[in-house]
Amino acid sequence: MNEIRIVSATGILGSGFREETLKRAMSLEPHFIGADSGSTDPGPHYLGSGETLFSDSAYKRDLRLILLAARAAKVPAIIGSACTSGSDPQLERLVGIAREIAREEKLSFRLAAIHSEQNKDYLKRKLHEGKITPLANAPEFSEQVIDRSAHIVGMAGIEPFVAALEHGAEVVIAGRSSDTSIFSAMPVMRGLNPATVWHAAKILECGAACVVMRKYPDCMFATVRDDHFIVEPPNPEYRCDPASIASHNLYENSTPYELVEPSGVLNTFSAKYEAVSDRAVRVSGSTFTPAARYTIKLEGAELAGYQSVLIGSVRDPIILRQFDSWLAGLTRAAQDRIAAVFGAGIEEKYQLDVRVFGRNATMGALESETRIGHEVGLLFQVTADTQERATALIKSVSHIAVHYPVPEWTGLITSIAYPYSPAEIARGASYRFNMNHVVAPASPLEMFSIDYQQV
Amino acid sequence: MARLWQVTKLIRSKNAGPFELTFDVIFKDHETYEKVRDAKLINAEWFARTYRLTPEVVSIIHYDAASAIKITIPRPAISGDIDDTDVFGGQQYGPLVDLEVP
Repeated sequence: MNEIRIVSATGILGSGFREETLKRAMSLEPHFIGADSGSTDPGPHYLGSGETLFSDSAYKRDLRLILLAARAAKVPAIIGSACTSGSDPQLERLVGIAREIAREEKLSFRLAAIHSEQNKDYLKRKLHEGKITPLANAPEFSEQVIDRSAHIVGMAGIEPFVAALEHGAEVVIAGRSSDTSIFSAMPVMRGLNPATVWHAAKILECGAACVVMRKYPDCMFATVRDDHFIVEPPNPEYRCDPASIASHNLYENSTPYELVEPSGVLNTFSAKYEAVSDRAVRVSGSTFTPAARYTIKLEGAELAGYQSVLIGSVRDPIILRQFDSWLAGLTRAAQDRIAAVFGAGIEEKYQLDVRVFGRNATMGALESETRIGHEVGLLFQVTADTQERATALIKSVSHIAVHYPVPEWTGLITSIAYPYSPAEIARGASYRFNMNHVVAPASPLEMFSIDYQQV
Repeated sequence: MARLWQVTKLIRSKNAGPFELTFDVIFKDHETYEKVRDAKLINAEWFARTYRLTPEVVSIIHYDAASAIKITIPRPAISGDIDDTDVFGGQQYGPLVDLEVP
């Protein structure tokens, strides 16, 4: 029977898994080990700056165990969306970590590095050819957006992974790629039904997230056949049931019934979820419709400004009773002080925002609760065109806030508690996600170059 | 009168990418799910009012396989942008928790 066994090491590389669980999973003789290493969830900073969500040590710990297990079993290790956003600097970083591990552990393998970072001239050409189209709720797109972007990545489908595997790669590290393509590439390449494969991949991509009660990140295991797959956690403390597997389709998706991939759409509307034991689930019945047009999703981030912030809290009941007018007065006084110090025209160069914890810091203008607690937290935030300016301006805000009066008290009051000295914190560059679009390339490999290295 | 949190296993919100916000309401048992689903307790008008949108942009999907209702709306701000309050979108479900279940 044509069957591919897959171990997903963890939901996101760097978050960890149990060494013992991977060992147990390897005893089931998987055909490869896969792990996703990316997400847009932590926001635009990582794509914009090229920095990573986890430390090098955390990536190294997870990748070391994966590479050791994969080389011992002589099966491929496939990692996608390197170091959070899968841009070129992040891909280079993870490849560097893999090479370091190889040196330390005396491993040798053929490595494929798939580049997902996009060339700006290529994208402009595609834009002029009308080959870039918006997805839901997309912001304006233009040549200027492309120019302003710090990094733009394309989300690879299975095709670059398949090319790398066919080329004999034993370790594949990809830049940005769809979470599911990491797990779908080999089974589709070996001829298994794409509907079964993509559904299995969707369940696997978050590691142990599909168990009934996830207490810590860990590995997941699936056996994929043509017309069904069976998913069973390799950690004996964990179990899956039909509801936990069906529920996982909800996660981070706008619909549980459809999963859009570059090459087509998985539809799970008629999927069946059956318990095969008290901890394993058999899934069948999904369908896959090949796309009329092959498309690659773009992700981009641009600089929005530089920020400095100020954190404090207020406990005085007299201030809290008139909190809104006190804060409005304080904000006006701070803006006046900034104008006095930095001159006319400064208001064009910065934005001052205040977040009020204990009132509406979580939901902002959407908050319907009007009560206020016995204290509130305040976060003042200045966004400006340079870090120096943001910091200079927040210092003015800081001094106004610490002595802003209320009519009931006579004499100088100290109206805010600052937990830190200095109270002001330079936050650095702030980025913005600036596209939600797809490109139609001439071929699935056109946007992704692959480097092969003997490690 | 039960509240929504009492009849559900999980109420959560989360980004569905940086431009959309999605809510999952997963019920403890299928019968209650069907009752709430058919009573249209969770509807586009309520969401539009609560999250200050037009009802046309609210997507509501009934997911029988998991006894769950999924709601997706445009994100109030792009994830991580200067005016965003919740980068992961994970704490936007508050108003749903104490809804009265018929």
